[in-house]
Order: sequence, then structure tokens, then C-alpha cells
Amino acid sequence: MKLNFPHPPARPNETPDFSALDIPPAGALDVPALDIAAVDSRDYANGLIRVLNENGEAVGPWADYIADLDSEALLQGLRDMLRMRAVDKRMLNAQRQGKTSFYLQCTGEEAIGCGFQRQLAAGDMNFPTYRQQSLLIAADYPLESLMGQLYSNDLDPLEGRQLPIMHSSREHGFFSISGNLGTQYIQAVGWAMANALSDNGQIAAAWIGDGATASNDFHAALLTASVYRPPVILNIVNNQWAISTYTGVATGGSRTYAARARGYGIPALRVDGNDYLAVAAVSRWAVERTRAGHGPVAIEWFTYRVAAHSTSDDPSAYRPNDEAKAWPLGDPIERLKTHLVLRGDWSDDRHVQTEAEILDGVTAVQKEVEKHGTFVKPQPTSPSTIFKGVYADMPEHLRRQRQEMGY
Amino acid sequence: MPRMTMIEALRDAMDVMLSQDPRVLVFGEDVGYFGGVFRCTAGLQAKHGENRVFDTPINESAIVGMAVGMAAQGMRPCAEVQFADYVYPAYDQITQEAARLRHRSNGMFTCPLVVRMPTGGGIFGGQTHSQSPEALFTHVAGLKVVIPSTPHDAKGLLIAAIEDPDPVIFLEPKRLYNGPFYGDHSGKSVGWAQHPAGDVPEGHYSIDLGKADIRREGSDVTVLAYGTMVYVAEAAADKSGIDAEIIDLRSLLPLDLGTIKASVEKTGRCVVVHEATRTSGFGGELIAEVQEACFWHLKSPLQRVTGWDAPYPHATEWDYFPGPDRVIRALQKSMED
Ligand SMILES: Cc1ncc(C[n+]2csc(CCOP(=O)(O)OP(=O)(O)O)c2C)c(N)n1
Ligand SMILES: [Mg+2]
Repeated sequence: MKLNFPHPPARPNETPDFSALDIPPAGALDVPALDIAAVDSRDYANGLIRVLNENGEAVGPWADYIADLDSEALLQGLRDMLRMRAVDKRMLNAQRQGKTSFYLQCTGEEAIGCGFQRQLAAGDMNFPTYRQQSLLIAADYPLESLMGQLYSNDLDPLEGRQLPIMHSSREHGFFSISGNLGTQYIQAVGWAMANALSDNGQIAAAWIGDGATASNDFHAALLTASVYRPPVILNIVNNQWAISTYTGVATGGSRTYAARARGYGIPALRVDGNDYLAVAAVSRWAVERTRAGHGPVAIEWFTYRVAAHSTSDDPSAYRPNDEAKAWPLGDPIERLKTHLVLRGDWSDDRHVQTEAEILDGVTAVQKEVEKHGTFVKPQPTSPSTIFKGVYADMPEHLRRQRQEMGY
Repeated sequence: MPRMTMIEALRDAMDVMLSQDPRVLVFGEDVGYFGGVFRCTAGLQAKHGENRVFDTPINESAIVGMAVGMAAQGMRPCAEVQFADYVYPAYDQITQEAARLRHRSNGMFTCPLVVRMPTGGGIFGGQTHSQSPEALFTHVAGLKVVIPSTPHDAKGLLIAAIEDPDPVIFLEPKRLYNGPFYGDHSGKSVGWAQHPAGDVPEGHYSIDLGKADIRREGSDVTVLAYGTMVYVAEAAADKSGIDAEIIDLRSLLPLDLGTIKASVEKTGRCVVVHEATRTSGFGGELIAEVQEACFWHLKSPLQRVTGWDAPYPHATEWDYFPGPDRVIRALQKSMED
């Protein structure tokens, strides 16, 4: 008897090979009724919702569904993604200069968070992982706070407690990130149950990577969401890799992650995550459905992790260097740009100019934030913040320890 | 004798055991093809094949649960949890299953497994890459808990752990992976190539679980430490000029009470040092044992130096880490009376 060990299509020094992926044409799937049941969502869970075709045209029923998204809204999406990429670029650079201890990019996945966030309303809450900084960007989270945390200076809203990339902003619908994978997924279900019980009209959005769908908390979330049907959107970002581990180690014999969610009795859709229009359309549909009280919905965003896992990782040790270039769903920024040019709303020149302006803007904020100190020249908050907030009221033994520390 | 880092020594231990015992299996997240995020298993899959060394889904409860089943059915699993901070989903399988299988089945089923995990701070890892959860395991009947502080000991102890008939929690101080660490992060880091404890014998050897190592003899005061804090204690002794006898416990459970007792009876003073939080930490257990065994020999109150009772911070890591200065204060206090 033999055990099965899943293998990626290519390892270093082999030719990238995505030929086994089944990529259906754009526009093939229609828009389901908002109250679709899990049993009826099979084609959505196994297929791939796409709006932009190879030429950059928006086609099919999902394109019609968001026909009212005007040029300004799409240009906003483009600017969000460009800003996201500029922030990633500058912060990666800052890490290389030792100005922050750690960084982690979302290159190639910008459309997902940027497109989703713009469909949420104030009061809705994301339960993100460390790779959803695009939610913060599209929620207009101040770059001063984002970078302040990366530099651990006095602009850091978390006062140096958390890892640079583990943000938290209640005001921007961004739940405190945990380093322990999966934990947020079930918490989002609980948050959404509280929303329903208090009838506040708000929804929750859970986020998880393909690798972390293996965690107990992922399965617990699908089960409880299926049982209580609270207003929660269960997002799965399938970027093909979990550090060095091929996504097949997490999918096993299941055809897709969306299909797995459907197996729990939750309607599920699978979406081209590198297609801003598909992201915007499906996000809007899911938000509408959830807010209308039709219960949970799961979305698998199909994408590719272009960059290293983090600044501690070197992917050339486990996948071909040129694999990202071979990714058949392209780059989200390029694809939206092509579409906007085709519509007559944009041009190559304006794109180049805007890209440069955005990068300049991000760099200008960075310079200001660096005046407050970086990891090279730290001006950290007082060490006594270690004891602040362990409890609402500081117990006697912590007071004693703080004194022993000298504060 | 080859000089090795602790990473290489651990890898060598697994290599030796994979080569000589077909029941030994090595697995965990990113452990197979890539060789682990700290590279401890690099090359082992290529050498021993995917049936022996493989990647797992990201589920610590599954990793240990599978290991329990494999061990009960005759294998010798040596599983990796990527960081000790991520062991909690596996806590049920470790404490309720692995630890008690022998006892509850009256020996019908046993659980000879090892769970390796990097522990401790000092790498700016924040609250989820820095924890020291040893006391959560020493509190559980049926487990053994080991923590090496040198490449030499890491290899010998890991081989002993894999050969042990019972479940062993094997904590690897990640700050010591590449060299000794004396508690001064701004100082120049030295590698194991420059330290005699980087000498690692080739082939098979083991170090008995439950045997402490007297790292430095002294007559003024006994220091009980393990992992990274062994070097911090050495630095404190050097800097203060206090003639401390430093004991590296190496194995917390079983505990080498004989060595501890002999030392404290000699010095009459004792300082206990660990990086983990203070309240209900292993230091409390050590102090109780020393008090019971050596009360009439004690010349001064027992002292302990620990991490603060707060989550491990990122930016102010070095204000949290119990460095040499805090150990010196404890040594001086111990010498006062
Ligand atoms: C419980 C737990 N186990 C292990 C880890 C270590 N770890 C951090 S990220 C990661 C890979 C996650 O991959 P995936 O879920 O696909 O997300 P991606 O990084 O691709 O966005 C692992 C194993 C962790 N943070 N938490
Ligand atoms: Mg992934």
C-alpha cells in the first residue's frame, strides 16, 4: 500500500507548469439569486467567476451586475492597488535597510482586499490575516499609523506590542491580527452572531489563506456558520502556496476550497482574484446577500503569491523563480489598467504618471514617519507599556514587577 | 570532531536515527521538501525519501494526533511544530492523549513520540514567535520535557528522546540555533564554530534524559538555568565576579534533583533563572524542590529571575528579556545575607 504525497507542478529549475488548471472563459457563470442554497451552488464552487477577458473587456452577467460602477469607482480601485503596491515596495525596501524588523508583501493579491473593502459599509468588520493589508489601504487607514507600527516608533497605535505587520484598527473595520493561524476565522462567526442578536445591520468578513484552511478553527467556523447562519462572509485566499508548502497539501482530494465550504452546507463561489471587476462584483453580491439575512457565504479567491512569504523567506528554494510570470491569470493592476484604457478612461501615459505620483506620495509620508524613528534609530515607547493593558485594572503583582523594572 | 551549529546537530541526530531505525519518521509544516523554516530538516527528505520525511497540512493538532496513532502502531515519530507558540491546537493531543496512553491502557498502547519546537525570544518575533511554554508541559504527568543549550547536547538529547519509550517535548531555544547568546543583543554575535560546545561527535550517542550538566563550578551561589538563560547566567557571573555554580538542567522532567541538591548544599544559596513568565513558571517548582531538599543548608532566601507576567513585546523586547543585569541583581541579593 502507498501513501499519497501531493506535489506542486514544478520545483526549482523546472519549467513552471499551470496546464493542469482549468481556467474557464470570462462571463461563463451567471449571477445567482441572493438566497441561493448550498446545494445549488455547485457550479460556482467548482467553476471560476471571471469578468475581464483576455482583451480586457468586461463580459457576461457579472459585468452587467456592476454596470453602474462608473469610471471614477474603477479608477479608485486602480489607485488603491497602485498605492498598495507602492507601500509594499517602500516597506520591503525599508526592511532591507534595517528600518523595520520584518515585512510581508501581498503582491499579485491587491485586487482582493482593495475590491472587497470598497463594498463594505462603516461598522462591518474584517477578521484578516497578515496578508490583507490591502483592506486597510482601501479603508483609507492612515499610512502614518501603518508605517509607524512598521517602524515601532511613537506613531505606532499598538505601542510596539505587535509584530510590524499585525495591525489593528476597529475604526477601519480591521480586527486585531493574531499570529496564530486560523483563530480569527471562528471569531468572525461569533462576531456575526452578535451582530444578528443585536440586529445592528452589520456584517463580518473572515479571511484565511489556503494553507491555514487546514486548521481546526477553519472547520469549526464553517460548521458553526452553517448551523447558526449568521451574517458572515467566509473568504479563502488561495494563493497556491503556504510558505514552502504547495496548496495541494491543504486541498487533499477536495476539488476546490469553495467545494469544501459547500460540503459544510454553505453556498460557495470561486472567483478570479486577479480580476478587479470580478472581485468587486462578487463582493458586492456577497455583501448584499449577507446583509439581507440570507446567511453565510464562502468565497475562494483564486490567485498567486508573487512575492516571498515574508522577508524571512527565499522561495527560490522550493519553486521555480519564474513561476509568477507563468501564472495564467495575470497581474491585477495590469488587467484593470488594460480595461480602463479600452474603455477610453485611461492611457499609458496617465498610468505611468499616476503610478509615479502615488509612489512619491507614499515616499513623502515615509520620510515624515521616519523622523519619528525607525528600527535603526529607535525612539520606542516606554518599556512600561509592556504592563499596560494586560488587564483592565493592573493587579498588584504587575505593579510590583513594573516597579522592579524601574518605572 | 566536526563543529556544528545547533541546527546542524539536530539535523544530524534525526539523520542518524532515520538511518539506523526504520521506524523513525520526521514530519511537520514545511519540514519535507524545504527542510523547515529554521532548516533543521534540510536534506533529510532527499536522503531518506518522502515516506520517512514529509510535509503536513497546517494543523498542529493533526500533526501530534497523527504522531500518537503512528507511535501506538509501532513507529517512532519525531514531529516538528514550527514555533512553540503554535503548539496550543495540539495541547489536547499532547496532554490528554500522548501523555496518558500508556497509563490508561495499562501498557497495552504506548506513545514513544517526540514533538520538537523552537522556543524563547530574542529574535524580535513578538508575542507569537517568542514564547516559552515549558511549564505548560512539566505540569502534565506522563510527559518528559527537554531543552538543550549546546549543539553537543542537542544531538545527544534528541537521540535519547527519539529512543525514549514515552512522549518527549523537545524545546529548542531558537536564539541558540546559530551560536551562544549572552544576553547583549547589541554585542557581536558569535557562532558555534567559535565555541567548544559546537564540537559534535559523529554517529550515534545519547545523553540520559534527567541528567543536568554543571556548566561552571563555583562556591558562592548555585544558579539553576536552562536554554538561552545558561549563557545569560554565565555573563552575569563573569560581569559580577560572583563565583556562581551554574547548572544547566537540560531536562526539566525528569529533574536531576541529585545534582541540584549537592550544589545547593555546598553553596547554601540559589538563584533560579528562566525566560518564561513568572507566575506558575517552572522556577516556582524549582524553588519548592530546593526548599524541601536543602532548607537547613540555605543561607539566604531563594531568588528567581523570569520574564515579566505580560505577553512578549516586539519593540521593547530587550526590556522584557531577563538579561544579565537582572541576573546580577539577583546574585547580589542572594549574597547579601
Ligand atoms: C497555528 C500556526 N501554525 C503555524 C504558523 C506558521 N505559519 C505562518 S504563515 C504560514 C503559512 C500560511 O499559509 P497560507 O494560509 O496559505 O497563507 P499565505 O501566507 O499564503 O497568505 C505558517 C505555516 C502559524 N503562524 N500559526
Ligand atoms: Mg497561501
